[in-house]
Amino acid sequence: MAETSTAKAHASAAHGLQHQFDSLGQQKDASTLGMWVFLVTEILFFGGLFLAYTIYRWQYARGFALASHHMDILLGTVNTAVLICSSLTMAMAVHSAALGRRKPLMGFLVATMLLGAAFLGIKAVEYTEHIRHHLFPGPGFHYPGPDARSAEIFFSLYFAMTGLHALHMIIGIGLLSVLFVLARRGRFIPEYYSPVEICGLYWHFVDIVWIFLFPLLYLIGRHLK
Amino acid sequence: MSRQSTADSQQAETEHVVPVPVYVAIFVALLVLTATTTAVAFVDLGPWNTVVALGIAVVKASLVVLFFMHLKYSPLLDRTVLLGGLFWLAIMIGLTLTDFATRGWMGGQ
Repeated sequence: MAETSTAKAHASAAHGLQHQFDSLGQQKDASTLGMWVFLVTEILFFGGLFLAYTIYRWQYARGFALASHHMDILLGTVNTAVLICSSLTMAMAVHSAALGRRKPLMGFLVATMLLGAAFLGIKAVEYTEHIRHHLFPGPGFHYPGPDARSAEIFFSLYFAMTGLHALHMIIGIGLLSVLFVLARRGRFIPEYYSPVEICGLYWHFVDIVWIFLFPLLYLIGRHLK
Repeated sequence: MSRQSTADSQQAETEHVVPVPVYVAIFVALLVLTATTTAVAFVDLGPWNTVVALGIAVVKASLVVLFFMHLKYSPLLDRTVLLGGLFWLAIMIGLTLTDFATRGWMGGQ
């Protein structure tokens, strides 16, 4: 018991137990809670866009359904799968950190970053196609067929929502690259890996946003034609 | 000493390590649900298309939150914070829709 306490005290000293906390466990709970509070603000941040989407789709149901046909459903589905894979590798990174396995942690962090980059790459291909077809809202917007006005609103929301989501992905990859450097320096031990844990929460949150964006942007009105 | 052991038991409570097979099962379930939601989108269910799509999305999000984000094993406080956020989101969307959904009722604009 005395030996364990000494080991714990040593771990606490080496891994920055802040003076306001009793133990690393309490500090970890506080970090996790803080991250959840931040994620709630993110829910309401994205919530504003989801609300705008709900109201305009309510008013222009047909125009939205037809505009959704311009999405590439194959790329959308593949990208959803890519993001789910990245959530698995992120969960495995946190798992490895919790067990103090440094090499697997670094590997899973790299895998998660690569999958995130693949997602952004596919998104860039989609954006390029939309812009090539004059579907970016503004003076250059040109929409074949009826309901052009409501289609422009759909594409405004599409670019705003997926753009904000992509920005979160870029920030996420940045955070993971910092974690990778810290992991390589051996900064994480089973008693202290809160940064990995809370970046994981962030990454999974961004995945969840996409889980809702995918059906709302790609799948509406697919049954109409 | 008693304080130390309380902290230890708290730590043991929150540091639940989820077994790898659970992660893999959740991962497979998420992929199956993604394939399902895409396939169902091609079937004409009338207004139920949106309901089914959102229902599947809610199930997927719940799996991610409970297992990948460990909320199933987290302290009650974390769960309360998330529920509070979702409650506020419901207020924002719900109360706004009471306006837009009822504008036709007065016979005017």
